[in-house]
Amino acid sequence: MKIKLNVWRQRSRAEAGSFESYAADDVSEDMSFLEMLDVVNERLTTEGKDPIAFDHDCREGICGSCSIVIDGRPHGPKDRTTACQLHMRSFPDGAEITLEPWRAGAFPIVKDLVVDRSAFDRIIQAGGFVSVPTGSAVDGNALPIEKENADLAMDAAACIGCGACVAACPNASAMLFTSAKISQLALLPQGQPERWRRVLSMVETMDEEGFGSCTNHGECMAACPKSISLDNIARMNRDWMRAALRSGRRAGSTTESAAD
Amino acid sequence: MKLDPTIPAGPLETKWDRHQLEMKLVSPANKRKYRVIVVGTGLAGASAAATMAESGYQVSAYCFQDSPRRAHSIAAQGGINAAKNYQNDGDSVYRLFYDTIKGGDFRAREANVYRLAQTSMKIIDQCVAQGVPFAREYGGVLANRSFGGAQVSRTFYARGQTGQQLLLGAYSALQRMVGLGRVRMFARHEMLELIVVNGVARGIVTRDLVSGEVRSHVADAVVLATGGYGNVFYLSTNAKGCNTTANWRAYKHGAAFANPCFTQIHPTCIPVSGDYQSKLTLMSESLRNDGRIWVPKQQGDKRQPQTIPEDERDYYLERKYPSYGNLAPRDIASRAAKEACDSGRGVGRTGLGVYLDFASAIERLGEPVIRERYGNLFEMYERITAENPYTTPMRIFPATHYTMGGLWVDYNLMSTIPGLHVIGEANFSDHGANRLGASALMQGLADGYFILPHTIGHWLATAKLEDVTTDHPAVKAAEAAVAARTQRLLSIGGKRTAASFHRELGQIIWDECGLARNASGLKSALERLPKLREEFWHDLNVPGDGAGLNQSLERAGRVADFLELGELMCLDALKREESCGGHFRVEHQTEDGEALRDDERFCHVAAWEYAGDDRDPIRHTEPLRFDFVNLAQRSYK
Repeated sequence: MKIKLNVWRQRSRAEAGSFESYAADDVSEDMSFLEMLDVVNERLTTEGKDPIAFDHDCREGICGSCSIVIDGRPHGPKDRTTACQLHMRSFPDGAEITLEPWRAGAFPIVKDLVVDRSAFDRIIQAGGFVSVPTGSAVDGNALPIEKENADLAMDAAACIGCGACVAACPNASAMLFTSAKISQLALLPQGQPERWRRVLSMVETMDEEGFGSCTNHGECMAACPKSISLDNIARMNRDWMRAALRSGRRAGSTTESAAD
Repeated sequence: MKLDPTIPAGPLETKWDRHQLEMKLVSPANKRKYRVIVVGTGLAGASAAATMAESGYQVSAYCFQDSPRRAHSIAAQGGINAAKNYQNDGDSVYRLFYDTIKGGDFRAREANVYRLAQTSMKIIDQCVAQGVPFAREYGGVLANRSFGGAQVSRTFYARGQTGQQLLLGAYSALQRMVGLGRVRMFARHEMLELIVVNGVARGIVTRDLVSGEVRSHVADAVVLATGGYGNVFYLSTNAKGCNTTANWRAYKHGAAFANPCFTQIHPTCIPVSGDYQSKLTLMSESLRNDGRIWVPKQQGDKRQPQTIPEDERDYYLERKYPSYGNLAPRDIASRAAKEACDSGRGVGRTGLGVYLDFASAIERLGEPVIRERYGNLFEMYERITAENPYTTPMRIFPATHYTMGGLWVDYNLMSTIPGLHVIGEANFSDHGANRLGASALMQGLADGYFILPHTIGHWLATAKLEDVTTDHPAVKAAEAAVAARTQRLLSIGGKRTAASFHRELGQIIWDECGLARNASGLKSALERLPKLREEFWHDLNVPGDGAGLNQSLERAGRVADFLELGELMCLDALKREESCGGHFRVEHQTEDGEALRDDERFCHVAAWEYAGDDRDPIRHTEPLRFDFVNLAQRSYK
């Protein structure tokens, strides 16, 4: 296959970036998308040019490192597939492909296709956990959990934290990411003691980090390589509302018992 | 060099309890006075950093990825073992201990493995409490599945993403501590040097991968949780960034490297499709619960698999190992696949593949059941190969997956450098010459949650530590070493990329130190590797500079270390003149081709001491004593 690439090149956060074009004439359809980039980078290196920087690690769709917008879609044209699991057979011979980094104010560009997603870590720090210090657990079977809830919690927990949801959202909202963690823990008995403070704290941090609001476009779910459901956002909104009422956060409300 | 494993006396069942009583403690009020560095944030590192911070230590944690959640433990699929006996099928701590010792072909320490089996149950409880969504039955209780090398169902799982869920559990505990200011987290930082002051590990030198800044960090203890070295093979199931650099720096400062030739080749991976291949993808061992492995009986049979009649197929694992069948341990299943392909019966375009067939399971259980059990794995397979495994058997082939060897540690998980502790896959301690499936997650979390947080207290309470600041000459020397090495890599100005050297190294190691090894091949590798290393240092091309994000520079440094480690692996494989577990020397096999151990001469750990760049490393041994189990020839027939 012969491919033409238009790649966003930007040396650092402070410098301006622009698109540059590269030809890839020796592409096999069995290559993964990142293997195609490896081949391009090997050639750039040999020619004395700076190879294209991109994040990647496990290359099996689970670590969440890879973060390339391919032809306007985070992770490219194939549903439920990370860029590292995308194969060149998904493109026609002679295709011209555009590569950009995740674009969101809360994900500053580090270099080329590499962005800083540490805001996600800070959202988790704000409450994406159960406060159970090592050693204080009861027997695993002492806590029976309805299979359906366990399965729904697993669906939410499958999030790989790649940030495609943010990149796809016209508002650069992190609602899908944040709600997946909130939902997972709200569905399980282990998550109950901290349920209300968790949702308030994580949503507050999400806002502080500069992510936008949700206006129900649903682009996040369409772009998500793990099919994380919009239902999680609904669960989060409901929990946030209840939590806000409980803590008397709603304007005009002064009694804590209003929602109980 | 003295290798004292410091194994406590007394009966196997009470060694760990007694040891915990005998160890010195650091009082809660004093813990905050101690600083601990943890390098790596996989299962072992994240769980250790979180647990130590919870108990009061000042912890700093480091990872090269952009977030601690991306460490490669995330990719573990199948499950985690624990001797809960929830299935009432006769499991016990002793049985898990015995299965692990036997699975490792009697090349691990009894005391360590017993402690691991004891600890296994607390791990499940801890992870459940964190909200890890393990698979459940309709009654609400935890579900189990079977794994290789065991005849009981003791594996806990979260679909095909058990590693991800366990890591996110440990990561959430770590993030909680970061949020509370009790762990300082340094992501996108790579450890490039160990700081040793008067023989004691006191810190690390890191490079900030974004700014290029080189900085020292000093502490009262250093913990390496930096994973295995499977990427020495270039192609492996490891993530691209997995490397041996931290461990290699420690080795060069005097930490003994134990059993480097003990590497695990996993039987069920997707075969190589071309020379651009950058990594290999594992298909979980759990698939062998329902998939049947076969090749055609005829050599060179190119018919479509579905058209080959039953009686012309060789279900070779079921034939050779009737009692374990398709669930024979990994080393045995991998070698059997190689034999089938070597005999000209391999399948697929390259002839390097065997079938893993679900047709009979689908007929027995129906497609929906198989989809529920393995749906995500089948999807992943189809994405990579463009073949539908519900209708066409999967093609699989062995690939490097795990390294049992690693830095030598005593019972307290401390290396031969006082103060330097090593946990998880980075150490050598629990799996002997072959690791059983679903035991890596167990070991990483046992070390991190339940063992190291106690044993490190003993070190801190008993060591007389001098004050060290970042102006100390040893610190300055370590920084200078990093600067010099970086400069050297950048200034060669040759023609070849680091990746091209890595690929060549991997081919040599795969051919000569892979599934089967022999003396002449290993000797030839030991002649070729120094030449390759010399070429590397003369003809390497690293573009750019060290002042910012430079992925080529990162990679070059890692390949430089792999080139040296590869030599040590081959040397270790040459000197271990027996076959055991994943180390198969063709000169040492039984009449029917099974591994033949030599317990007279090799019932020991081989731990290598670095002696200088121009001298051969020194081989030390730690004899392995089996006081509680009989050394038997491993049989899965």
